[in-house]
Amino acid sequence: MTSRSDGPILLETRGLSKQFGGLAALHAVSLNIHHGEIFGLIGPNGAGKTTLFNCLTGLYTPSAGEVRLDGQRLNGLKPHTVAKQGLARTFQNIRLFSHMSALENVMVGCHVRTKANVLGAIFRNRGTRDEEAAIRSKAHELLKLVGVDKHAHSLAKHLPYGDQRRLEIARALATEPKLLALDEPAAGMNPAERVALIALIQALRATGIAILLIEHDVKLVMGLCDRVAVLDYGEKIAEGAPEAVQRDPKVIEAYLGGSIGGAIGQPA
Amino acid sequence: MDIFLQQLINGLVLGSVYALVALGYTMVYGILELINFAHGEVTMIGAMVALSVIGALVGHVALPGVVIVAMGVLVAVPVCMLLGFTIERVAYRPLRHAPRLAPLITAIGVSILLQNLAMIIWGREYVKFPPILSSATHQVAGATISDLQIFILVLSLLIMAGLVALVQKTKLGRAMRATAQAPQVAALMGVNVNSVISLTFIIGSAIAAIAGVMVAAYYGLAHYYMGFMLGLKAFTAAVLGGIGNLAGAMLGGLLLGVIESLGAGYIGDITGGFMGSNYQDVFAFFVLILVLVLRPSGLLGEQVGERA
Amino acid sequence: MLLGVLLAALPFLVDAGLGRTWVRILDFTLLYMMLALGLNIVVGYAGLLDLGYIAFYAVGAYLYALLASPQFGLHLPFWLLLPLGALVAGLFGMLLGAPTLRLRGDYLAIVTLGFGEIVRIFMNNLNAPVNITNGPQGISLIDPISIAGVSLGQTHTFAGIEFSSAHSYYYLFLALTLLVMFVSMRLQDSRIGRAWAAIREDETAAEAMGINTRNVKLLAFAMGASFGGVSGGLFAGFQGFISPESFNLLESIMILCMIVLGGMGNIAGVLLGAFLLTVLPEALRSIGDFQRWYFNRIIVDPADLRMLLFGLALVLMMLFRPQGMIPSAQRRREFKHDDAPQEPAPLYDQQK
Repeated sequence: MTSRSDGPILLETRGLSKQFGGLAALHAVSLNIHHGEIFGLIGPNGAGKTTLFNCLTGLYTPSAGEVRLDGQRLNGLKPHTVAKQGLARTFQNIRLFSHMSALENVMVGCHVRTKANVLGAIFRNRGTRDEEAAIRSKAHELLKLVGVDKHAHSLAKHLPYGDQRRLEIARALATEPKLLALDEPAAGMNPAERVALIALIQALRATGIAILLIEHDVKLVMGLCDRVAVLDYGEKIAEGAPEAVQRDPKVIEAYLGGSIGGAIGQPA
Repeated sequence: MDIFLQQLINGLVLGSVYALVALGYTMVYGILELINFAHGEVTMIGAMVALSVIGALVGHVALPGVVIVAMGVLVAVPVCMLLGFTIERVAYRPLRHAPRLAPLITAIGVSILLQNLAMIIWGREYVKFPPILSSATHQVAGATISDLQIFILVLSLLIMAGLVALVQKTKLGRAMRATAQAPQVAALMGVNVNSVISLTFIIGSAIAAIAGVMVAAYYGLAHYYMGFMLGLKAFTAAVLGGIGNLAGAMLGGLLLGVIESLGAGYIGDITGGFMGSNYQDVFAFFVLILVLVLRPSGLLGEQVGERA
Repeated sequence: MLLGVLLAALPFLVDAGLGRTWVRILDFTLLYMMLALGLNIVVGYAGLLDLGYIAFYAVGAYLYALLASPQFGLHLPFWLLLPLGALVAGLFGMLLGAPTLRLRGDYLAIVTLGFGEIVRIFMNNLNAPVNITNGPQGISLIDPISIAGVSLGQTHTFAGIEFSSAHSYYYLFLALTLLVMFVSMRLQDSRIGRAWAAIREDETAAEAMGINTRNVKLLAFAMGASFGGVSGGLFAGFQGFISPESFNLLESIMILCMIVLGGMGNIAGVLLGAFLLTVLPEALRSIGDFQRWYFNRIIVDPADLRMLLFGLALVLMMLFRPQGMIPSAQRRREFKHDDAPQEPAPLYDQQK
């Protein structure tokens, strides 16, 4: 596809597995995501997409295998350290700090890249004041970037649904990630919001951030992603350019159970 | 060696009472994920009510001691059932969808309320349990066991067996288990979740009343403050066994009783006389903290990871 | 400005109007305000329910008592003991917090409650075989606080105005309460304060956003504990006598009541709560007088009634005004049930 997919590797998983009791939710999944790439992860319900996400971001400890970001091992690290290493995420079922304003939500995202401590907070010295001002202006910028700046002082839970999803992206961006992992960002959006979201993701990629996208909406993934991997029953069954994956008989089998011919058959 | 056996017996007796109270915590937690702080106080009210009845009867009616105590229990149980029902209805149900801190704070409030109500009604002093029960003892391999101890142990085991049968074999038990697993689904399947919750409180409180009388009989006294420590230890027992798990509460109760009893018996030797048996109450807390830190799901609990 | 004059004149007004006892009650009110502000950091800001908070007060008080009394013959100066109390209590906070802070909210409540009791049991029993705390008898003849050679335990006359001991303590406590208030406000409106709020809202999301939730919670615990330690030291010096009974669970609960009643997370609310719960019980004494007058005997001891009413207040407050009398803006939003849940809500809110 684009030249982005042959850049240096940013995120690498090797034989990643996760067991819940006797159930293998993920089995030996190996993936490479390159710098500046938009990488799609699709699969039927319960295929293990969110499990993979949680293994990458430290919420789960993988049972076996390895995750590396820019060569740094991520598995075994706590979520906050993973965020510090440069992997930020959004949540499938929006998890904003709902009683804080939109602006405060993004300011919380800045936490990991700032360092004012208790003494700074109490004495509010020069350094702390500057840092606080920088956090505030960066948060405003990010809100503008995702198009939620008009709601900066509204409570997160009072934002329209689509804006809540975008606010989550802004909050994640505040952690200054190398890789932004979006868990079904278009879920529940109307067509207009969806178009705006696609534009936003492309704009983000243009700034050099790589994006990992879990999506239900196959059309959206196919149109947006440089490369796509397909999970089914916790295993990767295909990986490659969207066109190729779309034609892969195994993928068609997994999605359609061999009988139906819906969304995936049509080119995006 | 006979000290060991003696402490073991004492521990089992005490532990069976902890287990009974722990059942109340664990049942409520299993269904509502709420620590019913007031449960210890229900136990105390049970003891106090029974003692009032017993005190009124002793010396006035010519009945055997066991019958008088049984009459006390027969009054205490329904009183506590009503109390448990009311607590849930008034203090917990309206807060079911509130932030988690809210029902916890009302629970503490109810606990203080009951404690001080009891203090006003029954006074600050210890209430004595009249010596109307058999004080005969038996020698077993160098250790002494009293009739009362045997009675407490046997009755506790019977109640536990009865509760397990109720939960496993009856329609109500099935509804309780369904509600504990998935309240919404249970409701869809026609289970009246509210009445299941009410019944859980009622059953737990009935058992607590009996346990309260046992403690009062065992130590020969009751006190408005007794519910606090008893409740805390029973809660520890429930956590030790795996909260939400009936078998766990029983195992945890017995185990905690034994740990405490052996600990109190040997702590002097262990610490070279630095700490004595007056530290007995500390054991429960150390056990609690250790379990929560090392194995928060308890001995028989399932390991559940937090869902994202 | 007017407020400043009023605060400065308050002990004299109270002394003239209600008597010397009430000046002491005023001093205690300030002590409780400091305690409540400390607990507010833990419960109100970070959302961690701590039921053993009084243990830190006890640590501060015993530290002061042991190092400034005939117990060991030590008489360390106040300026050293004050920060030391904060430090040691803060360390105790970390000690308790380190293993327990990953527990869910209600478990944490029970563990802290247990910790509070452990501390009290040790204070009660550490008189044998080596006498450290003097056991249930407590420690007496504790040095009064003395600043720059001026002992606050005595009456002094400055510029023709007589300052009794209660008056002098009032000004010291007032200054420190203002300081604690200032620190609380600064903390709330800072990077750290935002992290606390985020944890209270959604711990998992906060962690995913790069907040080291464990450390940040530990910090809340240590900060709250150190405020408790300072107040404890002041209490020991002010009172001159301490015993384990001053540090029982009910005290922890009373401080919790103060912040729940006033409004969790809101400084003005917390101060109001502390004020009401210190002053009202004193006012309750009049119920005793009323009974004596009306029934010719005491039917219900007002002191017994006090805790009963506290319990009742906790329940009623949570049922009818969970956000407190003066809620913080954020708490007000949290406790508002106006918007219906979008999905079938769990029986209890699973988030926290």
